[in-house]
Amino acid sequence: MYFTYLRRELAGRKKQTIIVAAGLAIAIALVIVVNSLSAGVRDAQAQALESVYGVGTDLTVTGAAFQPGDGGEGGPRFEFDETGGTTDAEGTTNLSQSRLMTDMMRGTLDAAALDTVAGVEGVAAASGALSLTNTTFSGELPQRPTEGDTGQAPPQGEQTQQGGGGGFGGGAFDVDSFTVLGIDPAATAVGPLSAVTLSDGRGLDADDAGQNVAVLDATYAASAEVAVGDTIDVGGTEIEVVGIVASTSSEADTAANVYIPLDVAQTISGAGDVISTVYVQAASAGDIAAVQSVIAAELPDASVSSQADLAANVSGSLSSASSLVSNLGTWLSLIVLAVALALAVLFTISGVSRRTREFGTLKAIGWSNGRVVGQVAGESVVQGLIGGAAGLVIGLAGIGIINLTSPTIAAASTAQDGPGQGGPGGGGGFGGGFTQAAQAAQDVVLHAPLTIWVLVAAVGIAMLGGLVAGAFGGWRAARLSPAEALRSVG
Amino acid sequence: MTLTDTTNEPQSPDAAPAPIFRLEGVTRTYQQKGRIVKALTGVELEIAAGEFVTIQGPTGGGKSTLLQLLGALDRPSAGVVLLGGTDIAQASDAQLGRLRATEIGFVFQGFNLIPTLTAHENVDMALEPLGLSKEERAARVTEALVHVGLDDRADHRPGELSGGQQQRVAIARAIVKRPRVLLADEPTGNLDESMRDEILAVLEKLNAEGLTLIVVTHDSAVARRASRRLRLEKGTVRDITRGR
Repeated sequence: MYFTYLRRELAGRKKQTIIVAAGLAIAIALVIVVNSLSAGVRDAQAQALESVYGVGTDLTVTGAAFQPGDGGEGGPRFEFDETGGTTDAEGTTNLSQSRLMTDMMRGTLDAAALDTVAGVEGVAAASGALSLTNTTFSGELPQRPTEGDTGQAPPQGEQTQQGGGGGFGGGAFDVDSFTVLGIDPAATAVGPLSAVTLSDGRGLDADDAGQNVAVLDATYAASAEVAVGDTIDVGGTEIEVVGIVASTSSEADTAANVYIPLDVAQTISGAGDVISTVYVQAASAGDIAAVQSVIAAELPDASVSSQADLAANVSGSLSSASSLVSNLGTWLSLIVLAVALALAVLFTISGVSRRTREFGTLKAIGWSNGRVVGQVAGESVVQGLIGGAAGLVIGLAGIGIINLTSPTIAAASTAQDGPGQGGPGGGGGFGGGFTQAAQAAQDVVLHAPLTIWVLVAAVGIAMLGGLVAGAFGGWRAARLSPAEALRSVG
Repeated sequence: MTLTDTTNEPQSPDAAPAPIFRLEGVTRTYQQKGRIVKALTGVELEIAAGEFVTIQGPTGGGKSTLLQLLGALDRPSAGVVLLGGTDIAQASDAQLGRLRATEIGFVFQGFNLIPTLTAHENVDMALEPLGLSKEERAARVTEALVHVGLDDRADHRPGELSGGQQQRVAIARAIVKRPRVLLADEPTGNLDESMRDEILAVLEKLNAEGLTLIVVTHDSAVARRASRRLRLEKGTVRDITRGR
């Protein structure tokens, strides 16, 4: 009889049932979609970060950033003496020189920092890397005009200006740069190479320490037309390409263009026994905050960043999507949820007021307060569940549409603080800015994953909405004295 | 077989019928718009089992208040209201609820049926607190509807029934629990003359089967059918049965 009465009552006032259920349905659908989108954005951020930091990196330790005015080392400086190039029969001198430099706006860490970090309790694994930029200057200078010579500059079409370089008199030159990451070839399980797949050749291993070998990012290798077995010039040293790697994400590049053994990178760059980043994997997620604090205390001059800090480095439309979801989405679903709950409560209370005579009669024929309250609460809970079911369907449809359309979001993630700017150039050097070593720009496909918790939360909210409304309505019904209830309508 | 509980009926015509209700010095006051209204003042009354009592009086004279006290819907401000051995003034809410569920049947002027339920379901609602089996409930409901001559309308909703039929459903709902007393507040107030007679016939039949009947009415035709007539005026009860 309980369910017959309940069903008949809900069916008997369809308009109210539909309004309350629809309000809850919209709120629950919003909660589902916003939650899924939020998870999707988090996944996308993680994907964007993995291409730079590798899988499983919980913390990164980097040298402190230079403050404006500190200057750093300045831009790469190229110096050519009399033997710096070859001169052909027409007197044109061909020049080419490579320089390998550390990040101009951020200090390095002593290599001993790696041991310090590895020794911190709660650190499961740590590996060090040296982030470098290789800049190659190449070009030709025509014979210097003699006094009184009105020689002509080469025709316009023969002049070339490429990359970041500029013309110089009648000559032409190119400035080419690529990013180089010196890594410990024996510890690739943590750090950038943990998030790559081998496309060709082989990866770096412990035997490669001290060897002039490199693996290349697949995208860079394709653009530079370099294959396994070829050699490339890194800081004036011929390095043999032994492998090509690609990001596990089809949309992203890996963290650097070229990976070489750490000791080779230190030697070629002349940076000495330093590293620029330590990638840290904590023993458990719960240890991350404690490990971060201890490392920060042990290495006061270093910057220690967690994944959450790193997520702030993810820019582009992914960043906008993230803030849209976390701000507008969350607030919108909270407001709609509050309105839906308020509607449910108001309608239930007004329903109880309208049914005063009915409840008075039920009490007069012997229904206890508990039975009347149970009836009101039951109707509200079922109303909430109808809204929950409808919300679930709408929410799942929304998630389905998002996953079917698979919107692409641009994400740019930088390992440190974004594009660097060169310090004051040395005399005759280049003072231009160079993007830092570990920067990855990619298009991330946004998926809205559905978890069991989202479904549980949706059903829970529906139940809660019904219970809250039922509690208010039941409270009103319980307070009705049967005599007053019958008198008020008599 | 009857639907009324006759266990307290007098065993012989010579024995005095046992009182089903005894009211001693009953006063009921209300606060209404800041004023204290005395609905009943020192009411003394005994009603025996099996009586058909009508209560008449002017509007606002306290008739409905008295009926609510007799029906364990309300407690007196002062005095004693005994229903069998239970003092309504002292009983807990749960005890009053149990009394209403088992001992008292109510019939209202406006029928007070639940519009979304059928006649059968409306009658069944009164059995909800008794914890009977489904079969027992179905049998009792059918029996009650047969008793009021509406077994062929069991699946009809109130909106599909005439006023008289609706009141008969309300009477079936009141007697289905087999109460000791039936309280009716203007049961014919919303009915035309033929329907009124129809309802009175049903009530008289129930009373003849031993059910105690207390009816509040403005209708003299109803009052004339009672074995005892009371008049309630200015909160005081007076027996106006001819010959008393």
